[in-house]
Amino acid sequence: MTARTITYRDAVHEALREALRGDERVFLMGEDVGYYGGAYACSKGLIQEFGEERIRDAPLSESGFVGAGIGAALGGMRPIVEIMTVNFSLLALDQIVNNAATLRHMSGGQLSVPLVIRMATGAGRQLAAQHSHSLECWFAHVPGIKVVAPATIEDARGMLRTALADPDPVIIFEHATLYNEQGELPETDDYAMDIESARISRSGGDITLITYGGSLQKTMAAAEGLAKDGIDCEVIDLRSLRPIDDATIMASLAKTHRAVIVDEGWRSVGLAAEISARISEQAFFDLDGPVARVCSVEVPIPYPRHLETAATPQPDKIAAAAREVLRR
Amino acid sequence: MSEFRMPSLGADMESGRLVEWLKSPGSEVERGDIIAVVDTQKGAIEIEVFEDGVLEEILAEPGEEIPVGRTLAYIRAPGEPRREQRVAEKPKPESEAETPHTPATAKPTPSATAYPPSIPGVHMTPAARRLTAEHQVDPSTLKAGPDGVIGLSEVQAAIGAAPTPLEARPKPKARGIDPGEMRRAIAAAMMRANREIPHYYVTSTIDMTPMMNWLAARNAERAIEDRLLYAAPLLRAVALSFAKFPDLNGTFENGAFVPADRVNIGMAIAVRGCGLITPAILDADRHDIDTLMTKLNDLVKRARGGGLRSSELSMGTATLTNLGDRTADGLMPIIFPPQVAIVGCGQISERPWIVEGEVVARQLMEITFAGDHRASDGRRGAQFLSHLASLLGKPEGL
Amino acid sequence: MAQEYEKIVKDALFSVAPDLEGEEIVPDETFRDQFEIDSIDFLNYVIGLSKATGLDIPEVDYSELESLQGAVAYLRRRKASMGF
Repeated sequence: MTARTITYRDAVHEALREALRGDERVFLMGEDVGYYGGAYACSKGLIQEFGEERIRDAPLSESGFVGAGIGAALGGMRPIVEIMTVNFSLLALDQIVNNAATLRHMSGGQLSVPLVIRMATGAGRQLAAQHSHSLECWFAHVPGIKVVAPATIEDARGMLRTALADPDPVIIFEHATLYNEQGELPETDDYAMDIESARISRSGGDITLITYGGSLQKTMAAAEGLAKDGIDCEVIDLRSLRPIDDATIMASLAKTHRAVIVDEGWRSVGLAAEISARISEQAFFDLDGPVARVCSVEVPIPYPRHLETAATPQPDKIAAAAREVLRR
Repeated sequence: MSEFRMPSLGADMESGRLVEWLKSPGSEVERGDIIAVVDTQKGAIEIEVFEDGVLEEILAEPGEEIPVGRTLAYIRAPGEPRREQRVAEKPKPESEAETPHTPATAKPTPSATAYPPSIPGVHMTPAARRLTAEHQVDPSTLKAGPDGVIGLSEVQAAIGAAPTPLEARPKPKARGIDPGEMRRAIAAAMMRANREIPHYYVTSTIDMTPMMNWLAARNAERAIEDRLLYAAPLLRAVALSFAKFPDLNGTFENGAFVPADRVNIGMAIAVRGCGLITPAILDADRHDIDTLMTKLNDLVKRARGGGLRSSELSMGTATLTNLGDRTADGLMPIIFPPQVAIVGCGQISERPWIVEGEVVARQLMEITFAGDHRASDGRRGAQFLSHLASLLGKPEGL
Repeated sequence: MAQEYEKIVKDALFSVAPDLEGEEIVPDETFRDQFEIDSIDFLNYVIGLSKATGLDIPEVDYSELESLQGAVAYLRRRKASMGF
């Protein structure tokens, strides 16, 4: 099997193009997705290939165009709505939480909202407090939607297809620092990746580091560093934030007995807290130490580079937390 | 149903290690019965019950380190019905509708009751606890890591070294008195006293000649085993004085003085090489001098050799510290919290004294009364001393 | 004979203060000055001496028993006066 080296951005672009080509019900809608090519340039050139009907530049009105996407999905289309960043998605929370997530239930199963919403998330690009937060947990809280966080080139390429095939709304979180990342993508006829299981990104026996999205690379770096000191880390990429793949986590804990959760969201009331709670519910007697969390410092993400770095999980903090749990 | 809790055996005590139960569940107990032995900073202490009933259920195992105030057992009063099964079936966690694929491969969560209980004061990880249960390791034989935690590695080391089946495990032994521990206990109590208690002191020199003459005459008639030390009449006089001054006999708790309804005089007893301990002689005002002498002798023996009772350590209402022969003339004693008064006696020595205008040699003792100024004032302390002096001056009346 | 008395004195002392066993005892120094012996210890030590020797020891003699040397001398004198 051959592989080629592409960027995460290219992978998203390919996936969008494949979806648009493969199903004429699919269309892309969002701010600057057309002639500008997307805030992170994922849709560059698509308007030239697919035209204004299918690549639709929306006005600055998240509530409006997400609502329009829901309506289109109800009407049988397969819309892909792009929101520039998760911070702006809050303007569309009403549409997502009160409409997209509820309609199947409220219609007694008669209505489907096969909507995919893509949005950028996270810090690391010096975009300051109104563009850099990680609010994935807000959406992962809500029954009726699925939430995924592709952290790899493969997932960026393959999750969109599965999301579009899902009869219910799926939100895809693309971490803003990943777009320029390069990686190998194995050539295949079918790039589709599942959107409900976690992946063991690195196998190890001493401690489980659980993470997702933009923190995966940092966590892997921490694991490599710890390996030099003979600490054998297992790294779990959650991939899906709703549902959470408990089985993979608990199977790993049964092996390692120790866990550190790395989450760029704030510590309080977040995803890391949720996973920690599940571990104590389901794997209490496997634990050989308290579950540790490495999260963002509880401040609005700062603009200066050094403060932004200091405010978010980094390999050294992850390694320190792992050592603490391992008591060495 | 009443809860029988780990008693506080001193201002400083945080926890004790249960050495053994002397009664088994279902047995009848009477007020004052010793039902357990607990190892503390002050050595092994016999723990008494304070009510009649049936020892219904035991909640702690020998070897466990148990914080003060935690329930050790339930005692059912006579006539009270048996209690229902206390531990209800653990409710099953509700499964989340949306994640039906939850632990298909994961092991079912084992029931918590399958594992030994956690040991207060010892940080043992859940996985370590499970491993100890699976290998029947006695947790009390495990050595914690440098961070005070018993984790998997400590248990694995123990299993590798010598697995000890539970049935074969020896009964935990009383440690005996550890000088370092006792020093820490004294330090904690005295730091608290000096921090919290505004002491005042009043001192008198008391002519003990009548007392010493009376004792010498009495002892001359007695077999050696029945002879009295002056500590015994001194204790009686002090106890009678506290009975007469109830506002000085009691404890200071939660910002207010609480008078005691009995006079339990703590005796400061030196434990060679270890320090000091102040077990109380209960109802000291109600015993005659001979009984007090016997009790004093017994108390000193047990303070040094083990076997003090919880009531003796927890129920003192005032303290007497008596330096004794060939020591020093006087001392400024520190109150043992939460008490509010202490009487300190120097040695008795022959010194010049004026009697009816003449300088004569007399046997003198300096007595210092220290009071808690939150509970009383110096004038009251002076009245107490004056009363004590008059009692000591007429030994035949004691 | 002196050795026998010395053993009686030491036994009486050690039964009161077992922790002192094995300690070097300076013969002409009082027990109280050498060790933390208090009035009750001393009383029990005298009781021990009395039991071991069958002697009735009056309180006025107590001061003679305060050192090893003194106690051995006292026991020898008392025993001698009883015709042993």
